[in-house]
Amino acid sequence: METVTPLHAGHAAAESPATAIEVRNFNFFYGESKVLHGIDMDIPEKKVTAFIGPSGCGKSTFLRSINRMNDIIPGARVEGKVSLHGQDLYAPSVDVVALRRRIGMVFQKSNPFPKTIYENVAYGLRIAGVKDRRVLDETVEKSLQRAALWDEVKDRLNSSALAMSGGQQQRLCIARALAVDPEVLLMDEPASALDPIATQKIEELVYELKDNYTIVIVTHNMQQAARVSDRTAFFMLGKLVEYDETKTIFMSPAEKLTEDYITGRFG
Amino acid sequence: MQRTTMRHLDRDIENLKELLLRMGALVEDQISNSIRALLERDSEAAQRVIEADNAIDQMELEIDQYTIELIATMQPAAVDLRFVAAAMKITPELERIADLAVDVCERAIELNREPLLKPLIDIPRLARIAQDMVRQSLDAFVKRDANLARAVIARDDEADLLTEQSFRELLTYMLEDSRNISRAIRLTFIGKYFERMADGATNICEMVVYLAEGKVIKHSNEPV
Repeated sequence: METVTPLHAGHAAAESPATAIEVRNFNFFYGESKVLHGIDMDIPEKKVTAFIGPSGCGKSTFLRSINRMNDIIPGARVEGKVSLHGQDLYAPSVDVVALRRRIGMVFQKSNPFPKTIYENVAYGLRIAGVKDRRVLDETVEKSLQRAALWDEVKDRLNSSALAMSGGQQQRLCIARALAVDPEVLLMDEPASALDPIATQKIEELVYELKDNYTIVIVTHNMQQAARVSDRTAFFMLGKLVEYDETKTIFMSPAEKLTEDYITGRFG
Repeated sequence: MQRTTMRHLDRDIENLKELLLRMGALVEDQISNSIRALLERDSEAAQRVIEADNAIDQMELEIDQYTIELIATMQPAAVDLRFVAAAMKITPELERIADLAVDVCERAIELNREPLLKPLIDIPRLARIAQDMVRQSLDAFVKRDANLARAVIARDDEADLLTEQSFRELLTYMLEDSRNISRAIRLTFIGKYFERMADGATNICEMVVYLAEGKVIKHSNEPV
């Protein structure tokens, strides 16, 4: 008997996808205090992985560790290993700027530069020394299309990004991240400041983008994790409590703690 | 300006609909094959219907799993929620209807071991009505057509009447000669099975009205 296309979220096919990011016994310290404890996880390629957990559980710290955004925090220190396709991201030889080009990030609060829409998207390329107008034009258009924003802004590429709506600004930030052709997109609460319609657009976008990118998303909104992700990791007090297919986490989690959290019994 | 966007929930709902329709098509085949096996006194065909039931049971499990996952991950609301709820209630109805087709075939095989009691007249008519009602209930579901659903529900009385009529006739055979009883009872059962299929179609149609209008019409005395 033929089978119907499986449910997008979590209804994973039997094949196990390749691992993009491998994390082994990862610990994170702010000065003396240890905020992440022995995290082990394999984040699959071209899938959406969601991190959920109560405030202060370490999920954002962990997300930021993946592209070394925490490097600049005084007193921050890591142990263990994070690698992208086998390359150790914390090796001394790693060029952090180049790393962040491979692992882009979108933040909770959209942060467009006070420049035109066009210049926002072209920014990463200009920094990298690209001057060819044709390359810039093509990349700006392609990135805006991938971020599902092109149709809304194609007639006003030279107007200020700050005049856009919140949801558009967030998609612009996604377009800006995509312009430098990353492999991984980290999203830290990308829709928490948006209304339900703009949120839905971001969620649809995440769903589209996973064909080409590995996406890791931190969200306070459990329903959002259920909707958009293939795999879900539940963190608490700096520990990874449970990590499984999203459908398993939301239908029959293995851990009592996970069940209590997702059913709203605490947190 | 309001533009309706295709959400990925829409794709899930389409998939669910497709699964249900595929199950519905299998069930329709089972009904028509059971009618043919009965009327043509073909025990081998009846046996094939009995064996084909497993595929329908498996589809029921598949649809159950799909709907539960859909609720867990997509939190459907309003019409989407009603669709998923309707699907969850329609699936076991279809499964029961398929079981009734199996029951018809089991009785048919038993009847075929003895000479024909009487030419069948009311039962084939009843069977066609039940078959029509099941098919139309699925049409109504696909089109979310509450009017069609109500029209199907209205035909249930026709099925009840024929069942009763067939029973009264069979009773006369039983009264006439006690050696007729076993065959007459089997035929009475068969009439009842088809009548139950019509009831199943009615239940499906009640869910269609709920899906289309958000209105609960079952267990209500108001005219549909």
